[in-house]
Amino acid sequence: MAGGHRIVLVTGVSRDLGRRFARSVASDPEVRRVIGVDVVPPRGDMGDVSFVRADIRNPVIAKVIAKEDVDTVVHMSVIATPGATGSRGAMKELNVIGTMQLLAACQQAPGLRSLVVKSTTTVYGASSRDPAMFTEDMEPRRAPRAGYAKDVAEIESYVRGFARRRPDVRVTTIRAANVLGPHVVSPITSYFRLPVVPTVVGHDPRLQFLHEDDLVSVLRHAVVTDAAGTFNVAGDGVLMLSQAVRRLRRPSLPMPASAVGRVGSVLRSARVADFSPEQIGFLTYGRGVDTTRMRAVLGFEPAFTTAEAFADLAAVLPPTGGYAERALGRLARALPSSPEGAADGGLPRRTAPGTSPSGARHG
Amino acid sequence: MGDAEIIPIGTRGRPGRGTGRPPSSAARQLAPGKPRPRAARAGQDGTAAPDATEATDATEATDATGEPTGEAAAGAPAPEPGPAPAPAVERGPVTTTDRGPLAGIPAADWLAAFQHASRELFGEQWEPQLARFLAFLRRRLTGEYDIDEYGFDREVTERFFMAALRPIARTWFRIEVRGAENIPATGGALVVSNHSGTIPIDGLMTMTSVHDHTGRFLRPLGADLVFRLPVVSSMARRSGATLACGEDAERMLRGGELVGVWPEGFKGIGKPYSERYKLQRFGRGGFVASALRTGVPIVPLAVVGAEEIYPLVGNVPSLARLLGVPYLPITPFFPLLGPLGLVPLPSKWLLEFGEPVRTDAYDDGAAEDPMLVFNVTDQVRETIQQTLYSLLVQRESVFR
Repeated sequence: MAGGHRIVLVTGVSRDLGRRFARSVASDPEVRRVIGVDVVPPRGDMGDVSFVRADIRNPVIAKVIAKEDVDTVVHMSVIATPGATGSRGAMKELNVIGTMQLLAACQQAPGLRSLVVKSTTTVYGASSRDPAMFTEDMEPRRAPRAGYAKDVAEIESYVRGFARRRPDVRVTTIRAANVLGPHVVSPITSYFRLPVVPTVVGHDPRLQFLHEDDLVSVLRHAVVTDAAGTFNVAGDGVLMLSQAVRRLRRPSLPMPASAVGRVGSVLRSARVADFSPEQIGFLTYGRGVDTTRMRAVLGFEPAFTTAEAFADLAAVLPPTGGYAERALGRLARALPSSPEGAADGGLPRRTAPGTSPSGARHG
Repeated sequence: MGDAEIIPIGTRGRPGRGTGRPPSSAARQLAPGKPRPRAARAGQDGTAAPDATEATDATEATDATGEPTGEAAAGAPAPEPGPAPAPAVERGPVTTTDRGPLAGIPAADWLAAFQHASRELFGEQWEPQLARFLAFLRRRLTGEYDIDEYGFDREVTERFFMAALRPIARTWFRIEVRGAENIPATGGALVVSNHSGTIPIDGLMTMTSVHDHTGRFLRPLGADLVFRLPVVSSMARRSGATLACGEDAERMLRGGELVGVWPEGFKGIGKPYSERYKLQRFGRGGFVASALRTGVPIVPLAVVGAEEIYPLVGNVPSLARLLGVPYLPITPFFPLLGPLGLVPLPSKWLLEFGEPVRTDAYDDGAAEDPMLVFNVTDQVRETIQQTLYSLLVQRESVFR
């Protein structure tokens, strides 16, 4: 808020990621003022962000944009599950109608210079016919018919329409991979929080994650950069689901896809976990996105790889399994001489309690 | 000889286990007819006194049944009281846990056995070997291994898949590889092969042979059915396969991988035995377009022998449609012999890698020229077909 000139409006600040981003962008030297908009007030500390209680689903938002002389709009009010809104109908209303109203208001705002939309890689869907890595110009192999994926696809098409009608506004769409972090509450994190992780039998999907800090920084970067267009944003590398569950030291329970869906809906109705129906496809076939454009055009480098982002989540989740691993560790320690370095055949070993200095002296 | 000890052999027609001793009470109850009084029998058998077995038998019988029931109780005259109930009470019933097979082995023997087994398995340097193996196991269990973006798990492919397939390739099919020097040692290349054998075993064998002869991993392109099937899909990704589509093929080739493609697809693998070694249509030439776009050489590969492993003599199209698979094979042995019919016939295999077809000489827009793509496709197809014919002439018989 130090002498900048940008006035940023952020939607969806009542949720944790929106609030954190609003606070973070407020500290940017280029930014003069940040206005957070949502239907309900945020729970946490907003810092320098001024909060305006407004519903993006009605035209009041246009007045806010005009009155505050906003030049940058960051749209983060797209929700993946009905959650607190209650029903799928309300969720769709908020996602699609909210975006339409917001874009209509943006079109009327002459001072607007850039629009940043937080989208998701869920738009690519998940199927057996997917290429290994989706680039930004690829379409989903099967058009989404319902749910979050369809909402996002519609939102992106409205955003493209807006970009055509207002060529003077720089439109940046960030397709973020599944966001992970110790503070994130999302379908995928509540899935990994389950003490026994249900998996789809016979399938081992590839997963890509984005750390919550990286999401905040890529959106900040998108506010100040000149790059326009659509960008996949994900941490480097992929993890298989089996690998991820093992890293959590949690047992997995393979079951048919329909049973996973049923478990998901039971958990949702019991309010234990927030499962979304698209997740079954994701957990069966997985998805990978190509992030070449993120580096080359957007000029952003995530601080966390997929594995590091996952490790950050795993650090706060107590293990519920991993007995075999611990038994092996004890056995390795009990060996008469546990040689160091050479034991791994040159491969890096991150967890090496089995090696001891005495072993090094022997070898 | 008068004082010689008489050791009775057999039971002399009475129920029992041939120990020479009187049958147990449980056995007596199984036998038809009325049990004789105990004292008379004891005298007849020549044993001086009822021993401990007799006594435990008596207690067991009463323990097990609680009260005498059934015909034994109803029909038998009241048995005389056994002479030795008192020692039976003192000794207590013998349970099997007392004779546990591991009870009497001392810890030192265990250690020695363990060391011996380790030495047998890992050789003289067993300690570092075992430590390395344990480290490997832990790495797998904790997920601390790396995979590439296609899901290729190098470690598990080398240690398990290749190790399992190698004996099949060497001893079952006796694969003979020719022209392995035509595979570039580095950089992207596209291996194009004929496809046959009802089940894509030729792909697995090609992967193993390529790895054994060049040290490179062949990354196969698979149909989307492969990635739809459970178990198969995760194994395919782990062993380095990806979907046969232009995007993935070009991505892998640009990344300098050795990519394998079987352009005949299901038409080739599911053709009847009567059409063996007749190449089917090579798709739509997508593999040539990918090679042209990335400028990598095309290595034609002719596989002889795979046609005979499961001779396809019939198909059940209606059931195949129901199951969502392209064909449901009938071979002379499947489903006639059940799972045994799934054992492939041990045909002799010949793999010949041909001269690479260079694609880097064409200009940039070559992939957009359909006529050029068709011509290159035909060239590759003809090369493979001619090699197949010449290999068939050289082969002595199917199984030698």
